[in-house]
Amino acid sequence: MEKFLNWIDDRFPLTVLWKSQVSEYYAPKNFNFWYYFGSLALLVLVMQIVTGIFLTMNYKPDATKAFESVEYIMRDVAGGWFIRYAHSTGASAFFIVVYLHMFRALLYGSYRRPRELLWIVGCFIYLSLMAEAFFGYLLPWGQMSYWGAQVIVNLFSTVPLIGDDLGIWIRGDYTISDVTLNRFFAFHVAAVPLLLIILVVVHLMALHEVGSNNPDGIEIKERKDPKTGHPVDGIPFHPYYTVKDIVGVVFFLIVFSIVVFFWPDVGGYFLESNNFIPANPLQTPEHIAPVWYFTPYYAILRAVPSFLNSQFWGVLVMGAAVVILFFLPWLDRSPVKSIRYRGGLYKAWLAAFVVSFLILGYLGVVPVTVWGQFSDKVPLLGTADRATVLARVLTVVYFLFFMLMPWYTARDKVKPVPEQVVW
Amino acid sequence: MRTLARLLAAILLLAAANAFAAEAGLRLEPALVNRLDVESLQRGARNFVNYCLGCHGAQYMRYNRLTNLGLTETQVQDNLMFATDKIGSTMNAPMSKVDGTAWFGAPPPDLTVESRIRGKDWIYSYFLGFYRDEKSTTGWNNLVFPSVAMPHVLWNLQGSQKLVETEYEDHEKAQGAWIAVKGLAVVEPAKEGKWVVKTVAADVPGSLSPVEYKAFVADLVNYLDYMAEPVRNERINIGIIVLIYLGVLFVFAYALKRNYWNDVH
Repeated sequence: MEKFLNWIDDRFPLTVLWKSQVSEYYAPKNFNFWYYFGSLALLVLVMQIVTGIFLTMNYKPDATKAFESVEYIMRDVAGGWFIRYAHSTGASAFFIVVYLHMFRALLYGSYRRPRELLWIVGCFIYLSLMAEAFFGYLLPWGQMSYWGAQVIVNLFSTVPLIGDDLGIWIRGDYTISDVTLNRFFAFHVAAVPLLLIILVVVHLMALHEVGSNNPDGIEIKERKDPKTGHPVDGIPFHPYYTVKDIVGVVFFLIVFSIVVFFWPDVGGYFLESNNFIPANPLQTPEHIAPVWYFTPYYAILRAVPSFLNSQFWGVLVMGAAVVILFFLPWLDRSPVKSIRYRGGLYKAWLAAFVVSFLILGYLGVVPVTVWGQFSDKVPLLGTADRATVLARVLTVVYFLFFMLMPWYTARDKVKPVPEQVVW
Repeated sequence: MRTLARLLAAILLLAAANAFAAEAGLRLEPALVNRLDVESLQRGARNFVNYCLGCHGAQYMRYNRLTNLGLTETQVQDNLMFATDKIGSTMNAPMSKVDGTAWFGAPPPDLTVESRIRGKDWIYSYFLGFYRDEKSTTGWNNLVFPSVAMPHVLWNLQGSQKLVETEYEDHEKAQGAWIAVKGLAVVEPAKEGKWVVKTVAADVPGSLSPVEYKAFVADLVNYLDYMAEPVRNERINIGIIVLIYLGVLFVFAYALKRNYWNDVH
């Protein structure tokens, strides 16, 4: 065995890689609950790729056959229902773990220097994930697939001057059609997954270069044991975090299996009821709602009023809501990283942000008329949809969290940071 | 900051208080069906092929899948297959889409996954919601699906019902009356700011008693729900085994982690 390993090592840096990335990668010993979601995101990525490969074996990217090929997978392919439910549940699970992973970064300042690039690569992963989910959602060729894609592609058509041509360029046709389905299939199963894998590798390499942050927001590399040269507060990733992450993985799989085996459509949130109707270009559904993971942005889009006869402003604001994430490392001026040592100002703003994001997510699912309208006696707001007004307020809160961050993080009263991690 | 929190809370309260006001005014009657009741599913399959399959297809459902319901292939072939003699065929409707469009304005929808689209309760209520309406082309209308193109196919079983409309001065009174009616009922705005509560009542009796008719529809709904996802029972059974396995694995994984982390101080 050792001879074989030496033979490999002479030709490929296997042992060097193993040591630098896993067995001698020193991670802080005080990781808590929030630190499971990175490894879980990796797990879900692998699961999506594996289930996706099996789905591809029976799926037909053809407008006349796509819908029935999915039903074929659900009924006639051995174990096909499991593969399909695992893939559809995996899509939602991916967003859940990624949102929690990103929230962890907000809690402990994991985007701060020296991890700016790590954060930016992560933001690109998030963008790619959104693209991957969007392309994939067209493939079952149900009513929501079709009209959801129609709505999203029409967003690009609102771009001044080039909009119409841009829309046609994306669709490859004047409407969503077989051509669109084929190219979205190509993006979903080849282009974007490749990009995702590359970005994830870069993300991990960047992480292992700068080292992991931790719930105290302390740089463990600054205190090394003079004898060993390893961080005092660090432990090797393997075996400590591999065995810990296995616990996280099994727990995740329990929750995942509960959904897959007992509640695969999650009341219409993971699999929308209307998507069991085959796509019909001649019949627009009464209420088009994206899948839950896009709804906060959809609510922001709908909240922005049209101006100068153009809907483009909503698209701009929605785009800005994602792009603003990239600037986070430079917006935060706090002398501390972790929420443990931050003052009330940051905590309150973070809470307001999270609440806004969640309520926007809800508002994106329901029609704008859900709460009716303000009566015409209310000044300024008379006859406006209540849900739209709330969505506008929350959109402002969403942006203020970022735009006021340089001010409130600098002004916030912070607590002294301990020299070593709290354990 | 506190001002912001208060503002947010105020808006939320306002929104929540009105959340119920705008809710759609259709209340369905819940379909009490048992997915494990094989006899009910068999009766439902019989009802489906006898009353639905003439116009509606189930193009993703194969006849031989009915053997999952405790029937033999011969039984299926002798009693349930009228449109084909190949047991591996899917349940296609004999009515063509062209004819369907000509006769009803649109081809009758495929019913394979109808239960996943509408839900059990909706389909159940739909079959309880037909009433006589001389103004419609078919002579029938439906409380759950107004102006539906489909006639009341089960009328000789149920008999005919009539629409009962009661007007109320304001929304509050109508809402109260709507709640007081148990089962299928609609509340909606009427002319001049008034509100109306709509229900159906038996008019001419059919060949089945109301209780028998409900049981007939329940069996049919149970079958439609099965057909929408034939793998459901298997999925749940496998799920239980998977969870037991993962539960045991979790104990070992946790013990392993505890053991390794003993020396982290």
